[in-house]
Amino acid sequence: MEKILEVKNLEVSFHTYAGEVRAVRGINFHIHKGETLAFVGESGSGKTVTAKSIMRLLKAPLAEIKESSSILYKGREVLQMNKTELQDYRGNDVSMIFQDPMTFLNPTMTCGDQIIESFILHQDINKREARQKALEMLNVVRIPDAEKRLDAYPHELSGGMRQRVMIAMALACSPSILVADEPTTALDVTIQAQIMALLNALKVKFDTAILLVTHDLGVVSNFADRIQIMYAGKVLEEGTAMEIFYKPQHPYTWALLKSVPKLSKHNKQELYALKGTPPDLILPLEHCPFAARCEYCMKICRTAMPDRTKITETQYVSCWLKHEKAPVIEPGYKREV
Amino acid sequence: MSETLIEVKNLSKHFKISRKLVLKAVDHVSFEIKRGETFGLVGESGCGKTTCGRTLINLYSATDGQVLYNGQDISHLPKGKVLDYKQRIQMIFQDPYSSLNPRMTISEIIAQGLNIHFKMSKREQEEKVNALMADVGLTASFGNRFAHELSGGQRQRVGIARALAVEPEFIVCDEPISALDVSIQAQIINLLIKLQKERKLTYLFISHDLSMVKHISDRVGVMYLGHMVEIATSLNLFDEPLHPYTQMLLSAIPEAEPDPAKRRKSVKIEGEVPSPITPPPGCKFSSRCVYVKDQCKLEVPTLKEIRPDHFVACHFPRVCEEVSSC
Repeated sequence: MEKILEVKNLEVSFHTYAGEVRAVRGINFHIHKGETLAFVGESGSGKTVTAKSIMRLLKAPLAEIKESSSILYKGREVLQMNKTELQDYRGNDVSMIFQDPMTFLNPTMTCGDQIIESFILHQDINKREARQKALEMLNVVRIPDAEKRLDAYPHELSGGMRQRVMIAMALACSPSILVADEPTTALDVTIQAQIMALLNALKVKFDTAILLVTHDLGVVSNFADRIQIMYAGKVLEEGTAMEIFYKPQHPYTWALLKSVPKLSKHNKQELYALKGTPPDLILPLEHCPFAARCEYCMKICRTAMPDRTKITETQYVSCWLKHEKAPVIEPGYKREV
Repeated sequence: MSETLIEVKNLSKHFKISRKLVLKAVDHVSFEIKRGETFGLVGESGCGKTTCGRTLINLYSATDGQVLYNGQDISHLPKGKVLDYKQRIQMIFQDPYSSLNPRMTISEIIAQGLNIHFKMSKREQEEKVNALMADVGLTASFGNRFAHELSGGQRQRVGIARALAVEPEFIVCDEPISALDVSIQAQIINLLIKLQKERKLTYLFISHDLSMVKHISDRVGVMYLGHMVEIATSLNLFDEPLHPYTQMLLSAIPEAEPDPAKRRKSVKIEGEVPSPITPPPGCKFSSRCVYVKDQCKLEVPTLKEIRPDHFVACHFPRVCEEVSSC
């Protein structure tokens, strides 16, 4: 399969009064054409920062993408692009949808104008043709009564409809990658199911790759092809959805999977709860970031960073338990059948 | 144990939004909460679950209907008794960021209720606050800090300690975990269950997270557009939902199951919640229901006990084979 995006050693820091916050600490990944890659992690794990770096949406000088980082889109270095190249890249090649559609749609413009704007910016067409295309897009994202909604302002629409408008805007110029940052977190479960089904259908229709950022393991298991588990700016484990859910290797992945309440389980049993909180990202981390909360923590975990160990062709895990000298333990998570 | 603590009778809360328009946020809702149980309230946003919780404890004055607490009507209490009642009922809020006063230290926040309800010396108060913080899993060193120095989970623990301070019998938990991360959610839920066992508390647990509601609740009520559409024990509701809306809601929960063959079959989800200002006539769910018949569009169904302890407001309740396997 063709790799359309390749990120190497991405490091992002924020310069704050308290010091340098190292939000992303050297992560590597790639996206194939037409696949869904999901970033899963708690808040502050660096998943949104990674997504925004790909779009070059982080503001310098507050945020700094380190020199050694590289983001290659179809062989072109995104971090070296100038303003015109970037404008072409955003929207045409990669576009993004956000968690809260109300804050990311312009409240002073009608939905139609916002979609038309992206057509006029990126394609050589006049306003009439653009309006026709915007109408088509609204139909594609299954907004009922599309003709009327074209002239509606964002505040006149429900949350689900706004998210559909944002998807229409993002897919207007058929980008090859859609970055979806928590696209359904602000929505109800029923609307979430509709939006995710829509994204999945559009992914097939336009052959778009999706980078899905979320903390919801249920959503991920249903829609992602590959998953990366992030923690404190590091990728702890990566693999296909099947591997992550059926054969997880990292203690943090075990903990995440165990802490989800199951509908089949009896109620009022104690839920598995990870103790403590994620580490402070201002402090330097020379050892495994999860060591302080890990049940299987060994001496070495507190002194050195584990290597990325290959489990299968697609599954990699960064954990000292995978070292040849480590004690053999029972997996901490077993799937109930 | 099965003694009724709170009885809600025909409770309504209407908001006037213009001269002609009325928003019926809660419309003729009746249910009861038994002593020592957790009653879960679920529904999509805008269905009136928060308004119901707030009207129930008299934060909003009810438009119509009654709330009986221990057999006593609390919506029309004489002034002298209000304080006593407020001591027995407390609330934990959704957003731990905006529900704590940013200018007060954590121990001041927790001690505030103590000042109002109990006569205590400074010393006793300090001991009590430290004991409360220990109960909710905070060390005493947090006492001198301000809310902004704490993480979301820690703040929610402060909210819980504040509610517990006056030794209430009944706590309304309004989406207490929805602003928190998954691993922190589990911590807070475990804490709530532990406190309930230790102090014999009764909870009204409002949430849109169905799997958490299932986990913590003994009985669950499902709301849709201001109406209660189904009330059942947690097990019955999730195993055999009878109302088409509950079936749809349950089927929308994404299962953590990457293999499509192993997932339960899903019910098709149609449309969005209509505006509560102009709801459809008859059954409120008729505009989205897949089994809709003519009668549904004319008559409002009432809550009927179809099976023991299982109430449904639907003209044609049915067991849905697809969902029952979950």
